[in-house]
Amino acid sequence: MTATVKYDEVEAGQEIPARDFPVSRLSLVMYAGASGDFNVIHWNERIAKSVGLPDVIAHGMFTMAQGGRFVTDWAGDPGAVVDYGVRFSAPVVVPDDDQGAVITISGVVEEKLGDNKVVVALKAYSGDSRVLSKARAVVKLA
Amino acid sequence: MALNRDFIGRKFPPSEPYEVSRVKIREFAAAIGDDNPIYRDREAAKAAGHPDVIAPPTFPIVFSMNSAAAVLADPDLGLNFAMVVHGEQRFEYTRPIHAGDVLSSSSEVVEIRSVGRNEFLTLRSEVRDEAGELVCTAFNTIVERGGAA
Repeated sequence: MTATVKYDEVEAGQEIPARDFPVSRLSLVMYAGASGDFNVIHWNERIAKSVGLPDVIAHGMFTMAQGGRFVTDWAGDPGAVVDYGVRFSAPVVVPDDDQGAVITISGVVEEKLGDNKVVVALKAYSGDSRVLSKARAVVKLA
Repeated sequence: MALNRDFIGRKFPPSEPYEVSRVKIREFAAAIGDDNPIYRDREAAKAAGHPDVIAPPTFPIVFSMNSAAAVLADPDLGLNFAMVVHGEQRFEYTRPIHAGDVLSSSSEVVEIRSVGRNEFLTLRSEVRDEAGELVCTAFNTIVERGGAA
């Protein structure tokens, strides 16, 4: 594995700048097809509202995948991720308009472990909602 | 309705092997909006030390719970799918998944608990390659809203 970030050049507490990840209804249709998760609350506004949701919501795994992109783009090699877990704390509501929604993700190197591994803690927001909590990845750096 | 606690510890036999293809990895990467060449270009993947294109970290969700799906639908469990949301997800990776892998997953219900009015069910799934080596362990917690009321 060839992560491009070097363990020796990373400090605990180091921040990884925030990035915006857009999500549209098209994103959800593509994700449904690629993942095989066809739960109607991810594409049918009528049924989403009938079960008490404000609108169609993104698949939790779509949001988790954006956190994955954030970490792997930083680390340089997706194969460097050795552990990744999240709690889905609020839904990402995706309106049927030209803008869709935006997931804003930022990170911090929370801890340096042995064997060139670091813990990256993520924050993910959509608007004012914190959509992931307890989001952490362990990455093996160069 | 509360979930049937008799299902705690229930194991599901391994799924039919899942063959990881370059086309499926490319489709999944496109769906998550990730243009990393390591998911698409064999040469880029090889340059990074991988035998072929590798899959994004969340890719195992595509197949890792196949063996559990039928049991979650068992009426004796009492799960109302209309009220289910995804609560937590975690993957522990032994190595990256790459195109050409033939993987089977076996799942076990490791926990069922009530939190407030909701029921939480956690599945642990082991993904193994053809040699029987562990590739990834997935922990999937689903929440049945209002199930404990």
